[in-house]
Amino acid sequence: MAEIPILDIQGVGKTYVLNDSRIEALRDANLTVKKGEFVCLIGASGCGKSTLLRIVAGFEAPSAGQALMWGKPIAGPAPDRGMVFQDYGLFPWLSVRENIGFGPASRGRPKAEVRDTVERFISLIGLTRFADAYPHQLSGGMKQRVAIARVLANDAEVVLMDEPFGALDAMTRERLQDELLELWQRTGLTVLFVTHSIEEAIFLSDRVVVMEPGPGRIASAHQVELPRPRDVASPEFNEVRRELGLRLHSHHAKKAA
Amino acid sequence: MSDVTLTQAPVARPVPALRLWRRVRPVLLSLIVPLLLLLGWHWAVAAGMTRLIPSPAEVAEYMVDFAVGGIWDDAFSATLHIHLLASASRVYGGFVLAALVAIPLGLLIGRNAFVRQLLDPFLQLMRPIPVTAWLPLSMILFGLGARSAFFLVFLGAFYPILLNTIFGVKNVEPRLFEAASMLGCRGNAQFFKVVLPAALPSIFTGLRLGLGLAWFVIVVGEMTGVPQGLGAVIMDGRTLSRTELVICGMIVIGIAGFISDRVVVLLMNRLLRWSPSHHG
Ligand SMILES: Nc1ncnc2c1ncn2[C@@H]1O[C@H](COP(=O)(O)OP(=O)(O)O)[C@@H](O)[C@H]1O
Ligand SMILES: [Mg+2]
Repeated sequence: MAEIPILDIQGVGKTYVLNDSRIEALRDANLTVKKGEFVCLIGASGCGKSTLLRIVAGFEAPSAGQALMWGKPIAGPAPDRGMVFQDYGLFPWLSVRENIGFGPASRGRPKAEVRDTVERFISLIGLTRFADAYPHQLSGGMKQRVAIARVLANDAEVVLMDEPFGALDAMTRERLQDELLELWQRTGLTVLFVTHSIEEAIFLSDRVVVMEPGPGRIASAHQVELPRPRDVASPEFNEVRRELGLRLHSHHAKKAA
Repeated sequence: MSDVTLTQAPVARPVPALRLWRRVRPVLLSLIVPLLLLLGWHWAVAAGMTRLIPSPAEVAEYMVDFAVGGIWDDAFSATLHIHLLASASRVYGGFVLAALVAIPLGLLIGRNAFVRQLLDPFLQLMRPIPVTAWLPLSMILFGLGARSAFFLVFLGAFYPILLNTIFGVKNVEPRLFEAASMLGCRGNAQFFKVVLPAALPSIFTGLRLGLGLAWFVIVVGEMTGVPQGLGAVIMDGRTLSRTELVICGMIVIGIAGFISDRVVVLLMNRLLRWSPSHHG
């Protein structure tokens, strides 16, 4: 057997029980992710993208199959897997500095080390002037930078992002996409990224995983071979976008038939 | 990555006269209604609409006597500080005791299902009983006097603090627990790092309501036959048919309650600077 993948999702299913009804959110999902890979999950809402991400994060336990990290079953949330939520999930009573230092401080790192880490990440995300601001004083893009830095400052190997830029305006979103790619290339992170946008998926990822609803499952996966940095206006990019769009729609058409 | 934008656009500095006007205006506005009331009161008395209520000027004169003496020199002259101190010590004593019991209890009830099932039904059952209804029982339990007043203030302040603490603890955003646990803060550590700070605005709301109610019930509490206290002054004024004394007592309670509320608000705005609804 070849090297162990950082993430290995084997036949994972999830059924929520709500009062008396059962909702099958995810069925027989299989996916392996190599270290350093950037993988996007795309699909209509309700097809289990968030569920899959939350299982990898350890917030939910699978009802069937198993999710492995470095070959070991995921038993719960841990700092090696950091989640970036669409609604940020920052602690409103902590400043930017304290939010970023929360993880290292919780894990009992020495004070001086925490301070150094925090300063490094604050300047990395360009928020030095806002180090002492509280979340409600920041714009959406700034909050999401803090949420990303908070996860990275805590030595996360896998970053899970659930429509992280969905609430941002187009310009901020593009800037954060560039920043995220820059970080990813510099640090060798592994990223699992949920999006609604085909363009965002192709711009960011090495591989696009298409999911389908009813019940949620993985329909297909597509390697994106375009060289980086990618140009969304180039004919090659458009070709890939067209192809992927057709695939997505053919899935839907099949379902409708 | 460096060109960040301020969310709050800088406001152009207004000229000094305008700045002064901006600060004075709200004060002036807030004085209009009380002044109109005072005028109405004055005219009503002057027109002979009532003989039982003294005019504002008479009350003002009596207030001076009540505070520093030298005008009437009766049993109440220059005794304001004694009564105020007596009432304030009961208000703050009962309030602090209520906070010391209600906050930990509320945290427990909000967090622990066992404690909640044990105590919540009982507390909900006791809650609708008004403080005034406790008066006779409290006189039997604690006798005629300061301890009874203290107990009633405690009861009055207890429920708003308790209920708001429970509310705050139960309404912590679930997202924040997820964020804490993925960052390595788990189990009991979350209590101090997440639950307590997240519940703090609600706890403060409870404290503010509780302190307001403490001033509210002090009159009832001091009806139980205490010699000193603003409630006692009002009761004495009633029995002696000295309405100016009653009104003086009311005014002092109003002002004292107002000032103590401002102190809580100031403290709250300082401690909750992070909260968008508490601009410090
Ligand atoms: N906690 C939950 N309880 C019950 N049903 C849920 C829960 N979370 C998600 N679901 C259901 O599971 C399905 C998949 O949801 P989700 O994973 O959030 O999809 P997506 O992120 O792709 O929109 C949906 O039908 C949703 O209503
Ligand atoms: Mg979702």
